[in-house]
Amino acid sequence: MSELLTTVDGRPLKAALASAERTKRIRAVLLVMPLFIFIFFSFLYPIALMLYRSVENPLIAQHMPNTVAILENWDGKEVPGEEAFAALAKDLVTAREAREIGKVATRLNFETPGLRSVITGSARSAGKWKPPYKEKFIDRRKEWGDLTTWVTIKRLSPTITSVNYLAAIDRQYNVDGEIQMIGSDYQIYVDLFMRTMWMSIVVTVSCLVLGFPIAYMLASLPLRHSNLLMILVLLPFWTSLLVRTTSWIVLLQTQGVLNDLMVWTGIINDAQRIQLIFNAQGTVIAMTQILLPFMVLPLYSVMKTIPPSYLRAAESLGAHRFLAFWRVYVPNTLPGVGAGCLLVFILAIGYYITPALVGGQDGQMISNMIAFHMQKSLNWGLAAALGGILLGGVVILYWLYNKLVGIDRLKLG
Amino acid sequence: MITKLKMTTFVAAGALAFGAMAAAPASAESLTVVSWGGAYTKSQVEAYHKPFTKKTGIEILSENYSGGLAEIKAQVEAGSVKWDVVDVELSDAVRGCDEGLLEQIDPSILPPAPDGTPAADDFIDGSIFDCAVGSIVWSTIYAYDKSKFSGAMPTTMADFFDTKKFPGKRGMRKSPKANLEMALIADGVPNSKVYELLATPAGVDRAFKKLDTIKDSVVWWEAGAQPPQLLADGEVAMTTAYNGRIFNAIASENKPFDIVWDGQVFDLDLFVVVKGAPNKKAAMDFIAFATGTQPLADQASWISYGPVRKSSTPLIGKHAEAGIDMVPHMPTAPANFKTAIQNDFEFWADRQDELNNRFNSWLAN
Repeated sequence: MSELLTTVDGRPLKAALASAERTKRIRAVLLVMPLFIFIFFSFLYPIALMLYRSVENPLIAQHMPNTVAILENWDGKEVPGEEAFAALAKDLVTAREAREIGKVATRLNFETPGLRSVITGSARSAGKWKPPYKEKFIDRRKEWGDLTTWVTIKRLSPTITSVNYLAAIDRQYNVDGEIQMIGSDYQIYVDLFMRTMWMSIVVTVSCLVLGFPIAYMLASLPLRHSNLLMILVLLPFWTSLLVRTTSWIVLLQTQGVLNDLMVWTGIINDAQRIQLIFNAQGTVIAMTQILLPFMVLPLYSVMKTIPPSYLRAAESLGAHRFLAFWRVYVPNTLPGVGAGCLLVFILAIGYYITPALVGGQDGQMISNMIAFHMQKSLNWGLAAALGGILLGGVVILYWLYNKLVGIDRLKLG
Repeated sequence: MITKLKMTTFVAAGALAFGAMAAAPASAESLTVVSWGGAYTKSQVEAYHKPFTKKTGIEILSENYSGGLAEIKAQVEAGSVKWDVVDVELSDAVRGCDEGLLEQIDPSILPPAPDGTPAADDFIDGSIFDCAVGSIVWSTIYAYDKSKFSGAMPTTMADFFDTKKFPGKRGMRKSPKANLEMALIADGVPNSKVYELLATPAGVDRAFKKLDTIKDSVVWWEAGAQPPQLLADGEVAMTTAYNGRIFNAIASENKPFDIVWDGQVFDLDLFVVVKGAPNKKAAMDFIAFATGTQPLADQASWISYGPVRKSSTPLIGKHAEAGIDMVPHMPTAPANFKTAIQNDFEFWADRQDELNNRFNSWLAN
């Protein structure tokens, strides 16, 4: 048994060390606390809220309690009986008095078009009716004699629902409760997710192809030249996104600078002006230019750290210049390539303003639909579900990157 | 010491800023009125805001938005309402009222016409609602650049869809509203049957089939200020637009544009008060004032949107700057109104989710 080690004042060394560590740890926690609180309230909490909103569905259960209770035991095979109609009348009148009927009607209308006026119209009349109700309801609006109406109400009774996610992948429940594709005239989201992916890949590859030589040149030129050229990369980077997007409109529109130039030089005549913008290619061009610095900067910072002597060594050992470049230089730049591609791709996938301004009809991306449901249709549940899927995609991508390249090799500068 | 001093200054500045922020909404002497911007807001500032401030001393902050209920809903649900009065479209007024986003407006606050006609009789039918009071009649029309065509000029809705007879690109609003109606009218459907037909799948198919014929030549716009710009840039030969915006380009900028009134789809703009508005009392006063006979007539002398009060029409004079006689440029002028169709807000409130989906899907493919 060795003697216990103590400090000068006689405390056991272990305890003294532990208390010193603890103070340090508390101090460290306190230091990151503001950041953590900030991240929590500005990032984690809103995301959790969004995910919750994509499945929450309290309106029907809250404002039509009697109908929901009766429909619980309903088999959904045929239009329910008088009991359900009496409960419906009671709920509609109460909800109308509380001025909540519009919300209920809007929610149901998202699922089955036309139900809004069925609900609000019947609610106006129901207050004056005496039992029996069934006939009066069906007389007022024939939709009450329709199985779909009741199935819709029953389906939306639970306070947690998956209908938003189904809608976000162009699917819905049919009258028998099976999941099926919606009509081909109404399908849009799956295609749009695919197109968003595809356009983001095209933008990422274009950025890499354009950005690699630029970064290489910046990294290999003497500092006084490269600093000057660096300004050319940074200046657009610091310019407002909106300004850059609108300049592309000025340049590319059919009466724009580029078309004028081509007509003036006689490459095309006035009737053949080319549609360069307000379509998918316009979006890709503008987004590539806007996202290019996000590729160049990580590449540059990685290339700057590769000693030129590696290449010289390879060449002195007999490698052709190109072989030396390909086998020695390029593998060394991979962390930068990975970082740049990941950064550009994730930024591109959620791009909104540029496609909205220059996308025209076939250059829209999924974020434009999310904005549409946030701002115009007010279907926030569906917007949240679309956002949730997008978030899921990015998380998968990040996981994939970590598997393939390793996140610890990510170098941003 | 220096750090301490800096810290004190910082805290003091912060406290001041916070105090200023907290004090601002408490003052009852200001009112936030939100509208659509551009020439339209200017006409409202001249005709409503300035005289109201002169009369009551209440300062008006004018803000712009691009329509819809999203901001109103967000403010009401978050419990921090910043807006008082908002200028909205009819379908949004009805929907916002149903969903409890708007304050009820007591129609008895509306002043009678100068000759004593009560407000209820002076307003055109269907322009006073539980939560909204109408101010103008506006219209979606189509307009063209006269210098782009030689010989015959377009005169009917069918001409808009006829790219053989009138070559060139078309501008259209990126929304099914008004476009579907116009497509059916151009396809020969009589006005009275348009909404009846649109309520059936076959009618919707027919409208989209008509839109298919010009889909490749359409430039889509979203904000009201875009179509006159598209015409002026020569990006399109014809475009649908809000009639006042085109009029403004003709009157104030001398553009060679002309409006085709055939098959115009007219609609109302209304004032609403956001639920829980910070200056509710002043907001009600403002609405009562702005929808009075004289202010409505004054507004119509800045932009060619028709007043909803019958008593305002005889008071409309010439354009305040260009000196053009305004009455013939109103959507409701008899010569323009012959083939007009009213936007059916019930239909759109019921079917907009479905038709927007179909439209977006159609657009993307």
